[in-house]
Amino acid sequence: MHRYPLWRVGVLVATLSVVTACTLKLNATTWSADELHTLRSLALTALKPLPPDPSNAVADDHAAAALGERIFYDTRFSANGAVSCASCHMPERHFTDGRPFGVGVGVIPLNAMTLVGAAYSPWQTWNGKSDSQWSQALLPLENAVEHGGDRTFYAHLIAEHYADAYTAIFGPLPDLSDAARFPRHAGPVDAVAASMAWETMAAADRDAVNRVFANIGKALAAYERTLLPRPARFDRYVATLGNDGRPQGESLLTDDEIAGLRIFIGKGKCTNCHNGPRFTNDAFHNTAVPGAPGYPLQRGRIDGVVRVQSDLFNCLGPYSDAAPEDCSALRFMVAEGVTLLGGMKTPTLRNVAETAPYMHTGQMTTLADVVAHYSGGGYALLGHNELTPLNLSAQEAAQLEAFLHTLTEDPGQ
Amino acid sequence: MSSAKIALLLLSFLLAGCVASTGMTATPAASVLPADVDFGVTRLSDNGIFRATYRSDVAPVPLNELHAWTLHVETADGAAVEHAMIKVSGDMPEHGHGMPTQPQITQELGDGDYRVEGMRFQMGGWWTVTFEIAAGGATDRVTFNLQLK
Repeated sequence: MHRYPLWRVGVLVATLSVVTACTLKLNATTWSADELHTLRSLALTALKPLPPDPSNAVADDHAAAALGERIFYDTRFSANGAVSCASCHMPERHFTDGRPFGVGVGVIPLNAMTLVGAAYSPWQTWNGKSDSQWSQALLPLENAVEHGGDRTFYAHLIAEHYADAYTAIFGPLPDLSDAARFPRHAGPVDAVAASMAWETMAAADRDAVNRVFANIGKALAAYERTLLPRPARFDRYVATLGNDGRPQGESLLTDDEIAGLRIFIGKGKCTNCHNGPRFTNDAFHNTAVPGAPGYPLQRGRIDGVVRVQSDLFNCLGPYSDAAPEDCSALRFMVAEGVTLLGGMKTPTLRNVAETAPYMHTGQMTTLADVVAHYSGGGYALLGHNELTPLNLSAQEAAQLEAFLHTLTEDPGQ
Repeated sequence: MSSAKIALLLLSFLLAGCVASTGMTATPAASVLPADVDFGVTRLSDNGIFRATYRSDVAPVPLNELHAWTLHVETADGAAVEHAMIKVSGDMPEHGHGMPTQPQITQELGDGDYRVEGMRFQMGGWWTVTFEIAAGGATDRVTFNLQLK
């Protein structure tokens, strides 16, 4: 029988206890007071009630949302009878489509943004060319490569298929039965025949059609306002953090995910733009994202500013329900300056692991590609580049990506 | 070296490693904010002509939320300044960009108070908000510093 000297046993016990203490200490991450403040500001519990949309009188009307939901999935609202809003905003894909470009009647050389939580944003689309969800919803309907229709066509569809629901919400429909006054196809669109037909219509008739068209958008927006972010594992993790910055009970994030979260709110500076409970500041930034090969460069916010000001259906327009002083997005819009060119709206990161590909033309296939871009930096072909390369190690990049996966909403909610 | 010494050496390495790895997790983000920045809500203008005070309708000043401020303007010796023409601008000195909105003075409230609407900040960090004030034939600028989080 061997006899171990007592000092050897003592050293062994001490070594083991240090190793154990060290391991426990590493697992039980402690966040500083500032970090805890940031984490709680990102959690869904920090999400404020949905702000009202004064430009849409039926924004929070249940009947309007129900009508909007039916139209959202109705492929009759397209030139070829095959395209609905859900063609690019698929509910099973968090209202994105998994493709670089949207595919409607033709190909739309932009990546479809999610609609989840979009009602919170003062600006819609990548360049913010709409100041409300209802005015945004009208754009694809008349775009030749999206739904490809025109506004008398859509007004006729409402009269033919949704007259009762429409009338209950918005009041009487105009009598569209006179085909000479209300052609089947007319509207300010690219299609020449429909465009010419629109020009020959009486101003009062055009106004009546515009009003039905605007109301289609308002019903769609009422539905879209119900698409709100839902809790993810990240939110449940933050809920376990006590005021001492330590998780109560078992950590719901792995060590790598926590390390990635630490990069996200620290060295990675991701919260400069991806802040708040939707992980977006709803502002426009130029981060030197390369364009899609073979397509013209998107000029970003500078085009959005021009487009929204001339939009007949903006908050200040005749079909808005808002008083002019309530149109805060337009009233205080930044309309000039060096930051507009190439600026794209910060997208939400909720469900980001499930909404590939990425960037405004889906030019990045994976989250690893996106992290590599922010780590390596880039050169802005248009405008002023705000991006400072992060120079992440391979391990840090992998950890940051691991964290982003914790933002996927819990299934079965 | 005896085995006891080797074991103690090993133990000290382990301890050092433990301290180092836990220490790393608490590294705060670097800041290039100058040490002597005045975050006061009352400041004298650059040339000492006006003294201005701001008050945010929402406190603390929020991120990503449109809100309004009230700006009080008085002369250096404390007389309320009426009928001033005031321009507003915000800037993040460390980022080279300003606010996502263009705030405006929308109302003169009297007694040297002015309503500033359209305030919105899209990032945490060091901000400057500058008011260019023209009144009584004089023009001067007053700049407030804010640390938002």
